[in-house]
Amino acid sequence: MRQKLVIIGNGMAPGRMLENLLEAAPDAYEVTIFNAEPRVNYDRIMLSPVLSGEKTFEEIVIHGDGWYIKHGITLYKGCKIKAIDRAAKTVTSDTGIVESYDKLVIATGSVPFIIPVPGNDMAGVLTYRDLDDVNAMMIAAKSRGNAVVIGGGLLGLEAAAGLAEQGMKVTVIHIMPTLMERQLDPAAGHLLKKAVEERGITVLNGANTKAITGTIRVEAVELADGTIVPADIVVMAVGIRPNSALGKESGLEVKRGIVVDDQMRTSDPDVFALGECAEHRGMVYGLVAPLYEMAGILAKTLVAEPAAYAGSVTATKLKVTGINLFSAGDFAEGEDREEIVLRDARQGIYKRLVLKNNRIVGAVLYGETTDGAWFFDMLKRSIDISEMRDTLIFGQSYQGGTPLDPTAAVAALPDDAEICGCNGICKGKITGAIEKLGLKNVDDVRSHTKASASCGSCTGLVEQLLKGKLGDAFNPSAIQPMCGCTDLGHDDVRRLIVAKSIKNIPALMQELNWKTSCGCAKCRPALNYYLLATWPGDYVDDSQSRFINERVHANIQKDGTYSVVPRMWGGVTSAKELRAIADVVDKFAIPSVKCTGGQRIDLLGVKKDDLPAVWSDLNAAGMVSGHAYGKALRTVKTCVGTDWCRFGTQDSTGLGIKLEKFMWGSWTPAKVKMAVSGCPRNCAEATCKDVGVICVDSGYEIHFAGAAGLDIKGTEVLGHVKTEEEAIEVIAALVQLYREQGRYLERIYKWAKRVGSTSIKAAVLVDVWKRKALYERFVLAQSFLQKDPWEERAKGVASHEFRPMADLTFKQAAE
Amino acid sequence: MSDTWIDIGGIDEIPQKGSRVVKTVSGDVAVFRTSGDTVFALRDRCPHKGGPLSQGIVHGTSVTCPLHNWVIGLDSGSAQGNDKGCTRRFPVKVEAGRIYLDVALALPRVA
Repeated sequence: MRQKLVIIGNGMAPGRMLENLLEAAPDAYEVTIFNAEPRVNYDRIMLSPVLSGEKTFEEIVIHGDGWYIKHGITLYKGCKIKAIDRAAKTVTSDTGIVESYDKLVIATGSVPFIIPVPGNDMAGVLTYRDLDDVNAMMIAAKSRGNAVVIGGGLLGLEAAAGLAEQGMKVTVIHIMPTLMERQLDPAAGHLLKKAVEERGITVLNGANTKAITGTIRVEAVELADGTIVPADIVVMAVGIRPNSALGKESGLEVKRGIVVDDQMRTSDPDVFALGECAEHRGMVYGLVAPLYEMAGILAKTLVAEPAAYAGSVTATKLKVTGINLFSAGDFAEGEDREEIVLRDARQGIYKRLVLKNNRIVGAVLYGETTDGAWFFDMLKRSIDISEMRDTLIFGQSYQGGTPLDPTAAVAALPDDAEICGCNGICKGKITGAIEKLGLKNVDDVRSHTKASASCGSCTGLVEQLLKGKLGDAFNPSAIQPMCGCTDLGHDDVRRLIVAKSIKNIPALMQELNWKTSCGCAKCRPALNYYLLATWPGDYVDDSQSRFINERVHANIQKDGTYSVVPRMWGGVTSAKELRAIADVVDKFAIPSVKCTGGQRIDLLGVKKDDLPAVWSDLNAAGMVSGHAYGKALRTVKTCVGTDWCRFGTQDSTGLGIKLEKFMWGSWTPAKVKMAVSGCPRNCAEATCKDVGVICVDSGYEIHFAGAAGLDIKGTEVLGHVKTEEEAIEVIAALVQLYREQGRYLERIYKWAKRVGSTSIKAAVLVDVWKRKALYERFVLAQSFLQKDPWEERAKGVASHEFRPMADLTFKQAAE
Repeated sequence: MSDTWIDIGGIDEIPQKGSRVVKTVSGDVAVFRTSGDTVFALRDRCPHKGGPLSQGIVHGTSVTCPLHNWVIGLDSGSAQGNDKGCTRRFPVKVEAGRIYLDVALALPRVA
């Protein structure tokens, strides 16, 4: 007869405990779970990426419904246990279900701490604990209004970053003088504050909340000093406390949490507590690594294997894209303590180690955190560092004289060094699994060992381990090779072009060991673009590596004729231009004339031999190439704006023309279509373009990453600027970043999805210096690229492209 | 036979990894020059949908059709990979930097 195991709570800790238990003894228990949340087990650490839009809920599910079915586990979703009867050994839910148990596990987690101020129960006051909270925040964020986050700790900052990412104007109110003061010393806290403020978030330190005010729902937060901060939502993230109510009500020993021994057993031998609701040796934990350690211990206890939990030393990482922060241990000052500090304010790097008796007891790394695992390992194992004290702060690669490459550095870690802090996976377990199970990539390692499966910040280390074990057979992050001519992916090729200063295609194929003599139709156009974008003015365009359309500057049609689209700046034309077009159509008997989707006129069916003469006539009327054939700026579509429209807020036509005149001729990884609408009615359809501008009274809302082709996708908001000049600078910087990072044929929306919109915004909007540098690089490239290819060809450049080599028809006819 | 070789131009008139068209009464002939200066001639029609092969990207001894990316072998005229089809080849030779095309096959067939 199988014993009955009942678990109250379905968070990450019991989920992990069950995995361990099922692995050790799949048939030992009949398992029933009561989950107050109406859903399956998901990765709570990843709620912040869900809030910021980087991940979806489906992507963070740990155990789907199928998992419970497969293991014969009964899961009651949305079912809260209201009473435990320890004498009868039963639990009763709020829906009236009574379930008996042989062993009971309480894993009710924690509840957010609500500060006791007036108005704290008003509509619009949220906590940050589960998916319901995230959904509520995401709905509130649609208003693009004001959000106040109370609490400048880990959770509060992640919530603030996520809300800012969703377009809200965020203020963080923190009672202490610096942010994350439990994990960071004041200096690192200051750097963090700067980075948070660069994301457009206001930080108020030393601010004491007095009341939350509003009539029907929250309208503002009032501080003790009288400051009123407007708020459409308030997120309380001041801390959590163990949810130990059930334990208390059922008469178990409860202090801060439900008291457990080293085997996770409560004061009742058949009742266990696990996770954030448990108190062990006076400590309660809120980070995932200790909870997973407890889960492992409890699984063993349940199958009567000896195991003892000895408490955990914890390390913290902040999961806000673009901010690297690591802290571990204890760094209070003390007479018996010494510290080593490395500061580089310009690069935003700060590292501090706290030593006691020549051993690391605390570590704070900001800006550059790769050595976090190494320091943390030495901290946990209490290693004497006196031998390497002089170079300790520079990290692992500086020990032993010559700097090691990253793979060697990771290879030098001992087998019991922890790689994945979330899941407590040490190096030996990962390398063992790679060997034994023949794992080939990070996904394999994730599914077999759980390393890098939670917050993902150790992915780099796992990749290094794979590389160390598999050597060249490991293709980092399963990179798709560019084509059959190479094993390298697009990003590697771009990186190596710069690193090895490669300046032409034959040299590239030689240096990077191309497998074919001269590439193929897939790689050559890509390489030509990469070299052109990397070495403006230096690289000589290889026309034989261009697709025919870009080689002859017109679009090939199904019958081998071409179409010609002259540029019409911003979609504006004139009688003179139209007359010249009409004349060209008559003169060259062009069979078809049509309007394009980008507000241009398309002349279809032009014979190749006629192209230079057609261009010459169009040039004479002042028209240049419309680049309708190129991986380049195609069109800037506009509406009439303040010129004519009674709703127009800005000169959208004028801005469109300025943008197009500034940016035409630039080659890009794939085509770029833009639009400028004069008001939010958006007649120029700017919100499905690669780059769009919506004019508003207060300036210009810049959009990007839209699509209306194979995929349909609305744009994302890049940001708001006040002047035309700023709008043009931001857009040029955005396009330049895309030129530098995009893979050939990868449209802007796909590039943005791959690299993350946050990093793009940070570079072209938030960081003014980066933006200026990008803008200047774009201007430099334009100085070489902005030439009308039609004019050049009308004057005889590449004439071989447009003439037959020989005409034998006459000769043959004569014979 | 030898009187049907016609001088169509210098090899330098075709870019390396490029192609030029020779017009004949029975249609266009694409003359290719590889990166190793070997010259091939094919009927300028892809066996797939008739795309002009002379406009394609030349790589190794193949050309990729500009319309739908079929890859045609220059020496055989056959489609590569999983595609099936063949386009007509023409004898061609290079002597003293001049390209000679044998147009016998390109002449209208006289019974």
